[in-house]
Parts: sequence; C-alpha cells; structure tokens
Amino acid sequence: MSTKIQYQFKKDNLTNSAPNKYKVDELRSEELVINLGPQHPSTHGVLRLEVLLEGEIVKDVVPHIGYLHRCFEKHTESLPYNQIIPYVDRLDYLGAMNSEHAYAMGVEKMLGITDQLPKRVEYIRVLVAELNRIASHFVAIGTYGMDIGALTPFFWLIRDREHILRMLEWVSGARMLYNYIWVGGLFYDVPVGFEQRCTEFVAYLKPKLEELNSVLLQNKIFIERTANVGVLPMDLAINYGITGPMLRASGLRYDLRKVDGYSVYPELDFDIPIGTGEKGQLGDCWDRNQVRVQEIHESLKIIEQCVEKLTKEHKRTKEFDPQAFVPKKIRPKAGDFYVRAENPKGELGFFFRADGKSDKPFRCKARGPSFVNLSIIPELAKGGMIADLIAILGSIDIVLGEVDR
Amino acid sequence: MLEEIQNILKSALGDDLIIKLDESSSPPTIVVLKENLLAIAHQLYKHEQLYFDMLSCITGIDNGAESETMEVVYNFYSIPFERSLMIKVMVERDEKAEVPSLTEIWKTANWQEREVYDLFGIHFNNHPDMRRILMPEDWKGHPLRKDYQDPEKYRGMNVTYDRDEESQTFEKNTINTKSEIN
Repeated sequence: MSTKIQYQFKKDNLTNSAPNKYKVDELRSEELVINLGPQHPSTHGVLRLEVLLEGEIVKDVVPHIGYLHRCFEKHTESLPYNQIIPYVDRLDYLGAMNSEHAYAMGVEKMLGITDQLPKRVEYIRVLVAELNRIASHFVAIGTYGMDIGALTPFFWLIRDREHILRMLEWVSGARMLYNYIWVGGLFYDVPVGFEQRCTEFVAYLKPKLEELNSVLLQNKIFIERTANVGVLPMDLAINYGITGPMLRASGLRYDLRKVDGYSVYPELDFDIPIGTGEKGQLGDCWDRNQVRVQEIHESLKIIEQCVEKLTKEHKRTKEFDPQAFVPKKIRPKAGDFYVRAENPKGELGFFFRADGKSDKPFRCKARGPSFVNLSIIPELAKGGMIADLIAILGSIDIVLGEVDR
Repeated sequence: MLEEIQNILKSALGDDLIIKLDESSSPPTIVVLKENLLAIAHQLYKHEQLYFDMLSCITGIDNGAESETMEVVYNFYSIPFERSLMIKVMVERDEKAEVPSLTEIWKTANWQEREVYDLFGIHFNNHPDMRRILMPEDWKGHPLRKDYQDPEKYRGMNVTYDRDEESQTFEKNTINTKSEIN
C-alpha cells in the first residue's frame, strides 16, 4: 500500500507558523504566558489568545487568528457575482440572511437597479433578515450566559432559535446557509401561511423574553459578574472602528438602518436601544447584553410591521415573481463601490471594484464587524482578571467565520 | 460635497496635495500621493468641519503585473456630519511597497493594515506590529496579488491538488486495502 505523507510533523511547526509574541526566556519570574484556544469552547471558534499573566491579572492579550481562513476574497475573484452569495453566507454563518442582504444591496447599487425592486421583495428581505438577527442575538446571549456559568438561558434560547431556523428553512430550504436573497430579487416568494406563522411566533416569543430578562439580565449573579467589567468608553470605541450593539452599548445611537436608511427601513417604526449604565458603568458587559435583548424587542416590532404590510398592502398575487428583476447577466460598469449594512454584529461592508469588462469582481473585500470588533480585546482585557477576559470576549460576540473570512 | 472637502484641505495644507477627484465612485473619492497621506489624514481627523472620526475599511488592490501599481483604499465616515469619503493611494508594485501607517490616528488601522500587508505585501511605515495576521507566519508570498502562485506543498501537505489524481490515489488505496483484507 502506498504510504502518502499528509503532514510532516516537526516539533517547531506551531512556533514557526504562529509564533508567540512573548518569549518564555524573556519573562520576569512572576509572569506567565498561557494559551487560550484555539480549541476551547469559550473562544467561540478557533481563536487563539496568548495571554500574559501576572498572578491572575492580565497584563497583555495577543489574539492569533486565521485558523478558519478560507480565502473568501481570493475566491470572489474567480466567481460571477451571483455565485458569490453562498460564500457570503459562510462569512457570518449565524446571520447569513443579513450578510446576503448587504451583498445583494451592494451589487444592485452597482447595477443601479436599487429603486426598481418591488416593495414586496424588500419587505420579505427585511422580514427574514430581522428573524435572522434575533437568531444571531439568541446565540450571542445564550453562549455568553454559558461562558460565565448560567446554563439555563442557553437551552431556552437555543430552543427558541430553533423555531426561527425552522421558519427560515421553510422559506429557503436550508437551516443556516440560505442563498435565499438573490441579486435583484429572491429565490422564491415566502410560502403560503408564513406570515401567519410569523405572527404566532411573535406572540410566542414576547413572554419568553420577559422570562429571559428575569432569569438572566436581572439575575443578581449575572449583574455581579458583568457590571463594571470590560468598560468601553465611546471615543475609544469609535477610534477602534467598533460598530453594532457594542458601540450602541457605549452610548452612541448609531445604527446603519437609521443612519443610511437602506431598503424599507425608513418606512418602519423602530427605536435604537443604547446602553444606559444602569447596573454599573456605561459600556460594560451588562450593557452590551441589555442592548442585544432590547434589539430583539425592536426586531419583533419590525417583523410585526412587515407581516402587516405583506398581508395588506403588498399582498401575495399570482403575478408576483420574486425573480422578475434578477438580471440574467451581471456586468456592472467600471468603478469602486463601498456598501455597508447593519448586521447583528455591526457594520458589514463590501468594497467592490468592477472593471466593466467581466462578470466577476476585480476585487471584492468584506469588512467584517467581528474582525474589527475583536481587535479591541487587548485594550479591554488589560489590567483585569483572567476570568473577566472570558466575560469580555463573550460580550464582543464574534463569529470566527467572519473574523478569518 | 467633495469640492468642499477639497477646499478645506487645500486651505489647510496647500494647493498641490490632491491628484484627482472621482465623483463617479461611491462614496466619492480623492486620490492622493502617499507622501501626503499622513498630513491629509491628520486634517481629516482633526479639522472641525471634516471630523472623519471613523475609519471603516482599508482595502488593498493589486492592479496586475502589467499596470505596475497597487492601491490602498481607505473608507472614512464622519458620524457627526453623516458623510462618507474614500481616499485612494497608489503604490508601486514591488517588494518595497510602502505606505505610512494611520495607526497613530485611528487604532482600528492596526489590524486592517496588517491584513493588507499579509495579503498584498504592502508595508506600512511606523506600524507598531507589522506581522502577518491571517496566513501562517512562515507562508511564502502574498495571496491576493494577481500573479500569486500557490506553493506546491506546505509542510508535506498538498496546497493545490488535482482532483482526478487525488481520487485515483484514493481508489488505489481503497482497492489495496480490500485486497489486504482478503
């Protein structure tokens, strides 16, 4: 039997491919370097944190990323625009609908067909994106509770998330990676009875959120554990390019759904929750979770309004074809475009350069909110306890698929 | 809007800073020389009528071997004035390609510049921590360059592989195993 060498093992492979910043010989005697991850559940994926400790105090954190690098940007250069959508799903796999929405909007803007889309398409897009936003926040809050020792909310939230995933599966055929929102339209109209199901779900979820509030957010242990931990001042957050619930928890009312007003968001009535510093300081871990829970309430409001519109004003008709405006050939004119949208984690931006001659982007860059948000972890964790490092990391809510792309 | 920004920059820094304005791209773009980038960035950040406090995105672009240029594109956003701006810098396309780092103004530039360095090989001067970020430290080459060739092997693992050849060896192996069992 032919023996094929699959991997040449050498002792220094790891130290050569991802060398530590701190060398053991150069440390002072009270200092210690420990390695958190890449295979550790509380790092939420394959993230390696090199932590310099003095006793239990964190002196420095050096994140090592790239373990899940799948060459998204290289792949896009050899694929037509519409075939990139499944890859976009796999960036932030917990909020795939939102990423698709952002990407489709970007290509539509390049083609100049943004205003032509039927309103029903836009409302369905917003409806599924908001459902997905709730699902993403559920994972964020649930795993965060688990990170710091509250196991029950995780099961409750995963149970409720499953309802959303099944609804989205009903719509698109897939649980997590949908390929549902296409450039210029949708894969298909929502199934008959979906609006009804959404209404039921909203009615079901509202009391559950009250339960979540009392079992997790108002829980004394949870408050003690998260209030005044990882305080992020607003100016620092902006300087680090932090967006999404993290920035809003620091007290800035900045939500691209309102600021840019893309899609049909200007026609919908919803608020932007911000951190209040109610239990501790403004911008601590408790605030970040509070903002996420409030956002779920706002998303429910949006869903209710979308369902209202979809059943009354923009009803299902026989003539309605969600693929009517899907271009057969996507060839944008030459130029540079930066398009952004509010994802569950923050600002997802796509930079496109089209050369005007081919159906493939000359360059497509994804600016993932997780990647940028993660870069603040050394700043937040420095000077705190090692146990707080986990609490801070969880509150950032990263998805490694998007960090490493 | 672009004219206004241009005028403010000209009055603050002198006339010959800006090479080209481009209204057609979205958001509107200013092309500058890399020697002037740092001065312009300071103005963009500090000037009270500009105040671009958020650096959203840094993108590297390789224009291919025949054009001999690479580009670095910065996307700024001003939260109080609610406007966006794109700044482009042209870089020569060789191993010594250099751009001043903006880390001293926007901390977010740290990781994003590291990413551009990693994938394009553009160095950023005065960057505090210029290491690769996504690829392994001992990787050869910068993958997003247009003429990048994958190495054949990385530590004995095939980087590129021929699908047919792979399935053939797989079949061969399975057959061998079967015959061994028999």
